[in-house]
Amino acid sequence: MPSESTRPRTQFAMLSRILHWLMAAMLLSMLFIGAAMVSSLSAYHRLLAIHRPLGIAILVLAVARALNRLFTPLPPFPETMSSLERRLASVSEKLLYTLMFALPLVGWSMLSAGGYPIVMCGAFHLPPILAPSPLLYAALREAHTVLAYALFVTFLGHLSAILFHTFIVRDGILRRMLWRR
Amino acid sequence: MSIGSNSIASRPPLSESSRIARLGLIALVLGAVVVAFAFTGGLLRPEALTPSKMIDAFERANGQHPGFRRNHAKGVGVSGYFQSNGQGTALSKASVFRAGRYPIIGRLALAGGKPSAADAPSSVRSMALLIKLPNGEEWRTGMNDIPVFGVSTPQAFYEQLLANAPDPKTGKPDPAKLSAFFSRFPSAAKASQLIRSQPKAPSFDSDTFNSLNSFRFTNDAGAVQAVRWSMVPSKAPSKTPSAAPTGPNYLFDALIAAVHLQPIEWHLNIVLAEPGDPLDDATVPWPDDRPRVDVGTLRIDHVESEDTSSARDINFDPLVLPEGIGPSADPLLSARSAAYSESFTRREGEHKTPSAVSTTSGVQ
Repeated sequence: MPSESTRPRTQFAMLSRILHWLMAAMLLSMLFIGAAMVSSLSAYHRLLAIHRPLGIAILVLAVARALNRLFTPLPPFPETMSSLERRLASVSEKLLYTLMFALPLVGWSMLSAGGYPIVMCGAFHLPPILAPSPLLYAALREAHTVLAYALFVTFLGHLSAILFHTFIVRDGILRRMLWRR
Repeated sequence: MSIGSNSIASRPPLSESSRIARLGLIALVLGAVVVAFAFTGGLLRPEALTPSKMIDAFERANGQHPGFRRNHAKGVGVSGYFQSNGQGTALSKASVFRAGRYPIIGRLALAGGKPSAADAPSSVRSMALLIKLPNGEEWRTGMNDIPVFGVSTPQAFYEQLLANAPDPKTGKPDPAKLSAFFSRFPSAAKASQLIRSQPKAPSFDSDTFNSLNSFRFTNDAGAVQAVRWSMVPSKAPSKTPSAAPTGPNYLFDALIAAVHLQPIEWHLNIVLAEPGDPLDDATVPWPDDRPRVDVGTLRIDHVESEDTSSARDINFDPLVLPEGIGPSADPLLSARSAAYSESFTRREGEHKTPSAVSTTSGVQ
């Protein structure tokens, strides 16, 4: 049996797979925590206390993931993907990376412009990255919502494509991101 | 259903019915995710009391006043410092209690959502503070000059807002709705009696402001103490009955004149709970004999109209707390945090109109 290094790559690198699933869980949790913050009076404070440090953790991991993406070879697209599908996959990948950076950065900027302390955990705080500004706060708060919806829609597109390929085309596309062969 | 094979050729084509069934299943999965998200966001639960619904109720009760806080709309900005005497360190490790001087920005206001309400002897007044602490920490607190809060839950608060909303025919709250509210929430009826029975201070600078909600202090040893707190004026409350209003801003005018004359001071008293004292019900007072610790002096030496004060654009969220102070189980706390945030977001994006109180009107 050929070793991992000589066999042509059919799966994403181990680190890529770990980052993918870890961040998938974190991003999906953040979307639901954010939605619950808008709708709940009683859970708001506890959710906010998770939302801030989790968002910053996503930002840190997004940097690691972008570097990993730049320097790690990818497995080729499966032959079952049409050229249109390949283009869509590339565009949606860029969109997901952009949103992984934009959402936490907009959140951090928004709290800064709103004059809030950026509480992480206990007495540990991040510095503000913008001067207080009411109108900028209001605009960034709105942007945070719009970008979150954009992330949710992009995630739905990504999930649809994977489900379609896995259960209709049955080309084993999901294996590229799993541990089983 | 297996995940699929690497070899596409080995897969027999799906029958039409199998393909439709699988597509249906995929649609079901996607639909479930969308429904779960919408449900979490409150879209499919019209009965859920959301921050947005709470602030809508304020706007209905008080009318639309763009740019102003939806509650405690009429106020002035103040600044000065908090001089900590070090006595609080036994109770909480929060840096605010270490002996020293910490700058404050604050706001003195009237409760209620009308930015040009006329000051009255019976007006409920509030003091909001932001104490700037080392390393980016802050302590924000919003206090009122009433002995207890009027309701114990967000739901009761919301229903009180609806019951208090003016009847379009009379322009006044409907007494039938109010009495229905009080019979539904007996603790609110009791609190209302207590609030009305307490004599009002004649001025801002002789007024005592209370945290109303309970909080938890944690000291360096990890010991937890449930507390409430009060800002007690240095100035002895006048025994004479309240001065008759001399104008729609007479309380603010007197405050501005007092600060221009000399700094005004309060003592921060921490009130310690004993076992059995209610921590999750702000309508119930604690017995008068609870130990009180004077932890320092608040000194206000500057007062400024909201038109220029940075206090206008501060959300005095009572859950912006330094390490060493934490929330109790009082359900009002998280609700205040959520509703203040919604009010803040709405007003920050709106065009600002001048405050009814200008600081020059006080200098006469």
